[in-house]
Amino acid sequence: MAGTTRKFTLTSWIGLALIAANLVIFLAGPLLAPYGLEETLGTPFAAPSAEHPLGLDQNGRDMLSRMLYGAQLSIGVSLLAVGLSFSIGVPLGVLAAIRGGVTDIAMSRTVDAIMSVPVLISALVVLQALGSSLPVLIITIGLLDSTRVFRLARILAQGINAMEYAEVARLRGEGLVWMIRKEILPNAMPPLVAEFGLRFCFTFLFVAGLSYLGLGVQPPFADWGGMVRDNQQGILYGLYAPLFPAAAIALLTIGVNLVVDWLLAGRTTVQGENR
Amino acid sequence: MTRVVLVRLGWGLLTLWIVSVLVFAGTEILPGDVAAAILGQNATPESLAALRETLGLDVPAVQRYFSWLANFVRGDLGQSLTNRQPVADLLWPRFWNTMALAAYAAAVSLPLAVTLGILSAVWRGSVFDRAANVVALATVSLPEYFLGLLLILLLSVHTGLLPSLADTYDGMGFLAWLKATTLPMIVLTLVTVAQVMRMTRTAVLAVMDQPYIEMNYLKGLPNSRVVLRHAVPNAAAPIINVVAFNIAYLITGVVLVEAVFNYNGLGRFMVDAVSKRDLPMVQGAAMVFAAAYILLNMMADIGAIALNPRLRHPRISES
Repeated sequence: MAGTTRKFTLTSWIGLALIAANLVIFLAGPLLAPYGLEETLGTPFAAPSAEHPLGLDQNGRDMLSRMLYGAQLSIGVSLLAVGLSFSIGVPLGVLAAIRGGVTDIAMSRTVDAIMSVPVLISALVVLQALGSSLPVLIITIGLLDSTRVFRLARILAQGINAMEYAEVARLRGEGLVWMIRKEILPNAMPPLVAEFGLRFCFTFLFVAGLSYLGLGVQPPFADWGGMVRDNQQGILYGLYAPLFPAAAIALLTIGVNLVVDWLLAGRTTVQGENR
Repeated sequence: MTRVVLVRLGWGLLTLWIVSVLVFAGTEILPGDVAAAILGQNATPESLAALRETLGLDVPAVQRYFSWLANFVRGDLGQSLTNRQPVADLLWPRFWNTMALAAYAAAVSLPLAVTLGILSAVWRGSVFDRAANVVALATVSLPEYFLGLLLILLLSVHTGLLPSLADTYDGMGFLAWLKATTLPMIVLTLVTVAQVMRMTRTAVLAVMDQPYIEMNYLKGLPNSRVVLRHAVPNAAAPIINVVAFNIAYLITGVVLVEAVFNYNGLGRFMVDAVSKRDLPMVQGAAMVFAAAYILLNMMADIGAIALNPRLRHPRISES
């Protein structure tokens, strides 16, 4: 097995570079875009050229510019959803582990019931009822995903809560808030950070997938998944147009996965590895 | 043993019931009026009230839930709101299409994944092992539609080997069906192989570190016999688990793949129903998906119990 010393490997550099590039695009995408979001500049599906490095899309708009604009939605929606799922899942998971008893059983069984349905199916049911809009997307995905975060946080907190130093703190008479902030969270941090990466990948692919199905980000806005859908016809004529946004999605996921893999190297089990 | 299986079956049924409550609640109690959704912008208060009455929406939700459940159990899934046909007639053919595609993919990907996993465990640390790990990591990261579009470009548009759309129809020959669905099958295989392979590798390696395996080597048994006769059977439970989990994934993960290849399965059925906001169709599809998923996970648990000698004969103190 790999050693526990954390030194930068080639794959970790690739992963970090991919994440950094996406971060820049996320923060400054519209400033970098050479053309406007809705500017029609030529014939649909025009081939890549000097002025348009990735060609034009199905409506004759600059592909590169649209992808730079789309990054804010693609990455932003996922970040907000994962942030929501962690800010719900972690406190509740830790609380369930410390309180135990009825609190734990009630919360764990609820989570089990929600997790017994595939996430995509639950999300589709909610989208059917509420229609698709950005707040609905973020809250639905965040809530559904928080069940997985809850499980990991609960397991981690249970393990830490049984340690001698936690025992000592309890005997000292420390309260619930101290236990969580000073004993449990600092020790649960490394696996939670790795989990954040994995959950981000999952959510990012999930949002893109919903948009690809036409149920995620709605026009006139476009994220990368929606752009794949819009340009899909091009593939039948041997055009690369839909592959550019799809590749952008793939590259960011690979980047985060490489970094998570590097963070977890040396651990025998990958915690929270699930879809 | 029988008791354990029965308890597990009971839990499965209970879960299914809870899911039915969640699906009903999710589609009926959430804000968003079905009648308003059907009539759209042209709704007048009178037409809304009339439609609510014909749909039975004026009855209390609990009462509606039980009549819905009773009909559901009898196989009556209600009527589609958009084209007034029974949901069951529309849904089941699509369900079998999805099952056929999932079975095709499972038949190829699972034996392949388990074999690769065992091989990379046997050759731990070799070039093969590391290459398999990198490929696995890559395929997990790639969205289904990226792989799908890439394969359409390579195998269909550029070389013409396979059709780009999975067009299937009734009465089509078996070989023609296989040819039409091979591209979606390959995509599903690529996205499932990685996880099963890594899990198999981990499970076999965990067993390989046990003292009795070392004893086998000290006895002078050849590597292949140690792995196949002594290590793999004891690693079976986690492998079965991840295999069943991936079959369950195949059944729902197929949604995106069906969209790429325009395949007439339950996934596209549900997506269409959601975009038309056709409530009975969504409820039916969600329940069928959930039932299939729960059933497979239950079978995985029971299979894992049946295969693990320690769980099969629990010690008195633990049971």
